[in-house]
Amino acid sequence: MKKKLTVIMALLCLLLMGSTSVFARSSSFQKSIYNPGLLKPLDSMLKVRVGDTAPQFALPSVSGKKITLNDYRGKKIVVLSFVPAAWTPVCSDQWPGYNIVEELFKEHNAILLGITVDNIPTLFSWTQQMGDLWFPILSDFWPHGAVAESFGLLRTDGVTERALVIIDKEGVIRYIGVGDINVRPSLEVLIKELQKIDLK
Amino acid sequence: MNKIKLAGTIISFALLIYVSGCANHLVATNKNILAVGNQLPAVTLTTPKDQAARNYLGLGDKENFSLGEIKSEILIIEIFSMYCPHCQKDAPAINELYELIEKDKKLSKRVKLIGIGAGNSTFEVDVFKNKYKVPFPLFADDELSIHRKIGSVRTPYFIGICNQEKGKNQIFFSQLAGFSGAKKFLENILKAAGCQ
Repeated sequence: MKKKLTVIMALLCLLLMGSTSVFARSSSFQKSIYNPGLLKPLDSMLKVRVGDTAPQFALPSVSGKKITLNDYRGKKIVVLSFVPAAWTPVCSDQWPGYNIVEELFKEHNAILLGITVDNIPTLFSWTQQMGDLWFPILSDFWPHGAVAESFGLLRTDGVTERALVIIDKEGVIRYIGVGDINVRPSLEVLIKELQKIDLK
Repeated sequence: MNKIKLAGTIISFALLIYVSGCANHLVATNKNILAVGNQLPAVTLTTPKDQAARNYLGLGDKENFSLGEIKSEILIIEIFSMYCPHCQKDAPAINELYELIEKDKKLSKRVKLIGIGAGNSTFEVDVFKNKYKVPFPLFADDELSIHRKIGSVRTPYFIGICNQEKGKNQIFFSQLAGFSGAKKFLENILKAAGCQ
């Protein structure tokens, strides 16, 4: 009994000791990042599966334009990048990387749409620190998190999971990656998934 | 009695976890690790497969190497990330720094430049290298093991070391961001160096 307890506690220690490693490290954000600490890795239940038709949505973007999923129907593969919240560590360390891989998305005739539950002014201020983003940033602020909820990606505290969803030109979900909210998803996996769709 | 012992064990471990978390925080924010005059913690990297990169660093065919094995008097290390906007913005100017060093025959033998991608996989490092046509060797630190050793600094971070054998790599230059242009940066590095 005591041995088991020791093992569990030791594992908890290791988990905590490794926890700071995933936070934003770019000097671009200086001290403006709020650190919520280590969060529960997953906190929602998916409502869609690979093969389902993706729920439709229309959301305002930072550029002022309203973006709908239908805009890309028959034209482009759509990659939805849900990130939990503006001005938080891992999120601030994710989209700037996507900003230098526009060519990789173009190669696969794909568009990236970044989505959070923050409002437009917040998203505007935050993404300004990332340089000129080539992909639209959408606000799922009101009704709060409704789009995230339609995919089953809204957490109980009102932010979204850290998730990537790939929707093909016919509007069918081809990939869902919902990972640990504390960890940036692998770019390599995303690109490989795009390649797979291209090959089919 | 057993219950008391069990409670004691739980409290002890809870305290241990708390202390571990605090210690980790201290490591993560400890800038003194990279203070000028300190020895850079031992860093081991995977030898590049690219022959040109191996030639540049003066390395053989061993799987791994330590910084002390790089054939240079001065080693400049940039801690970067492909996800860092400042690193992206500075990339062309840092390429320029490399060119400045390389076009000077004496300097090119004395000074070498490498980049370490904090939290970046080999794939991500390659994306950065291809995007900005980085001519000097870049290395992945996917698991952040090097990054943690040097105090989890923000990026880009520039370290200048007097590169010596037997792991003695004394830091003579340590700077977070603020890359002031290739020429000025090189002047500052050479002024600060004073390696024996």
